[in-house]
Amino acid sequence: MADWLTAEEWRAVALSLRVSLLATVVSLPIGLLVAHALARWEFRGKQILNGLVHLPLILPPVVTGYLLLVTFGRRGTVGQVLDQWFGIVLAFRWTGAALAAGVMAFPLMVRAMRLAIEAVDPRLEQAAGTLGASRPWVFVTVTLPLILPGIIAGAVLAFAKAMGEFGATITFVSNIPGQTQTLPSAIYAALQVPGGEGNAARLVWVSITIAMGALLLSEWLARRAARRVSGR
Amino acid sequence: MRLQVALRHRFAGFTLDLAFEAPAGITALFGRSGSGKTTVINAVAGLMRPDEGKVRLGEVTLTDTAAGVNLPPHRRRIGYVFQDARLFPHLTVRQNLLYGRWFAPGAKEGRAEATSLDRIVDLLGIAPLLARRPGALSGGERQRVAIGRAILSNPRLLLLDEPLAALDEARKAEILPYLERLRDELQLPILYVSHAMAEVARLADTVVLIEAGRLTAAGPTAEILSDPAAAQGLGLREAGALLTARVAAQEADGLTRLDSPAGPVWLPRVAAPEGTMLRIRILAQDVMLATTRPEGISALNILPATVRDIRQGEGPGALVRLDAGGAVILARVTRRSALTLGLTPGMPVFAVLKAVSVAQENVGGKG
Repeated sequence: MADWLTAEEWRAVALSLRVSLLATVVSLPIGLLVAHALARWEFRGKQILNGLVHLPLILPPVVTGYLLLVTFGRRGTVGQVLDQWFGIVLAFRWTGAALAAGVMAFPLMVRAMRLAIEAVDPRLEQAAGTLGASRPWVFVTVTLPLILPGIIAGAVLAFAKAMGEFGATITFVSNIPGQTQTLPSAIYAALQVPGGEGNAARLVWVSITIAMGALLLSEWLARRAARRVSGR
Repeated sequence: MRLQVALRHRFAGFTLDLAFEAPAGITALFGRSGSGKTTVINAVAGLMRPDEGKVRLGEVTLTDTAAGVNLPPHRRRIGYVFQDARLFPHLTVRQNLLYGRWFAPGAKEGRAEATSLDRIVDLLGIAPLLARRPGALSGGERQRVAIGRAILSNPRLLLLDEPLAALDEARKAEILPYLERLRDELQLPILYVSHAMAEVARLADTVVLIEAGRLTAAGPTAEILSDPAAAQGLGLREAGALLTARVAAQEADGLTRLDSPAGPVWLPRVAAPEGTMLRIRILAQDVMLATTRPEGISALNILPATVRDIRQGEGPGALVRLDAGGAVILARVTRRSALTLGLTPGMPVFAVLKAVSVAQENVGGKG
């Protein structure tokens, strides 16, 4: 089984999993905060925040990649600060690939969570308040358990999207085997070589399997959580 | 503990402007839908901030808009039973009941005795439900769990917002006795919102009448219910005085004899042991008047009384207030009858009441 893929291809698969996992885990709390703000809070600039979150969904991925490069590249406004003050470099590193994947997957994650939060009856949260729970406690003991299916769905969706991210990633961190070559980049690279369709096909199968597995897992988790939440 | 409320709040096309005090025991806020009852208790609970107002519970100021005080709901320690129960769907009944305990100061000591889980579960008859989830409960069961949950949060005041409104008659009859036990066994002031007079007559010690955001009458239940002037606010069909009576004997033919200040009263079997004090609500429209003791009549209850006053409305009816051995009875008759009989204050009459005309829902425990 192990020699079914070359060492380089295995590295691409492992890197993709690592990139997607990091992207999902880091964006989870941020996504929850943004989703909560969009669903429940009234503030100035709400529509602007909403637009910013959804921008990667409609922009050409190459534009998002370019903007990331301009902002987080070594000479970029934010990238410069990160490099000089913290020694963190994102451009052309696997962490940069995670950033690109995270940004591209963010709107999908926020959407799923926002729908879940909007579906929570605020009257239940009110009831929790009259029973002595302060706002943060209400969130932890009532809101969070009720939106768990939405959080799971959002996280898995984001993970799957991150696994498949290509355009922004290749623009921002390029396609360096072993360093920034994710699964989609590897498939692309394979197709650039004459007669590489066979190699590409095997990677395509891996890609489909992982995506399908993630979806089935999320379905199962979400159904379990939904059964708990429905009160039966 | 005494609750003092003074509120003023403008809605679109509606102004709430009232002040009242609720002493210990059950105080009923009574009025039609849309009269502002729920707004009042939402302001007491802190779920709604009034334009102007003051709410004090005992020595604690909960809201004082002039002083800029407005405690958030979770710091008020007020138990709120909502019309729609609002149980947490992701928790079991037991977890729902214990939810407020987490946050309640002093729930583990002090009052813990009076409000222990076992005692409340027993009082409300919900022991078989503890392991279930709210989705698997009937409406009546859900409402009882909600009441238990509110009490177990160790509140200083209990608010009940039409807890029976969403239930059918059978479920109401199931819960009313539990509410009566709560009133009698817990030393807790309760504010009870309702638009059902039968509930108010059975449960309340004090009645506050609200009409279109304003207070129309307030006082002890028996007094308000027997006041012809308040009858307009209650709706004439709902007018009826409260009689306090003691169960004297269960008779062989299925009747129960009760001793009241007005004399013995026979009613269809009342399921209560001898010696129990009960409240009986006698609707004014069920009472007939006679100037001489009627003979050869099927009605069992003939009570000698004196006319205290007669209140004529704009319609063809008149409301006659009677004094029967110190108790007040209201009778609704036509103006023509009042004229024909020559009813005047001070005149002796006989109040006639059919035993079967007193509905079961109008007979309840006395606190």
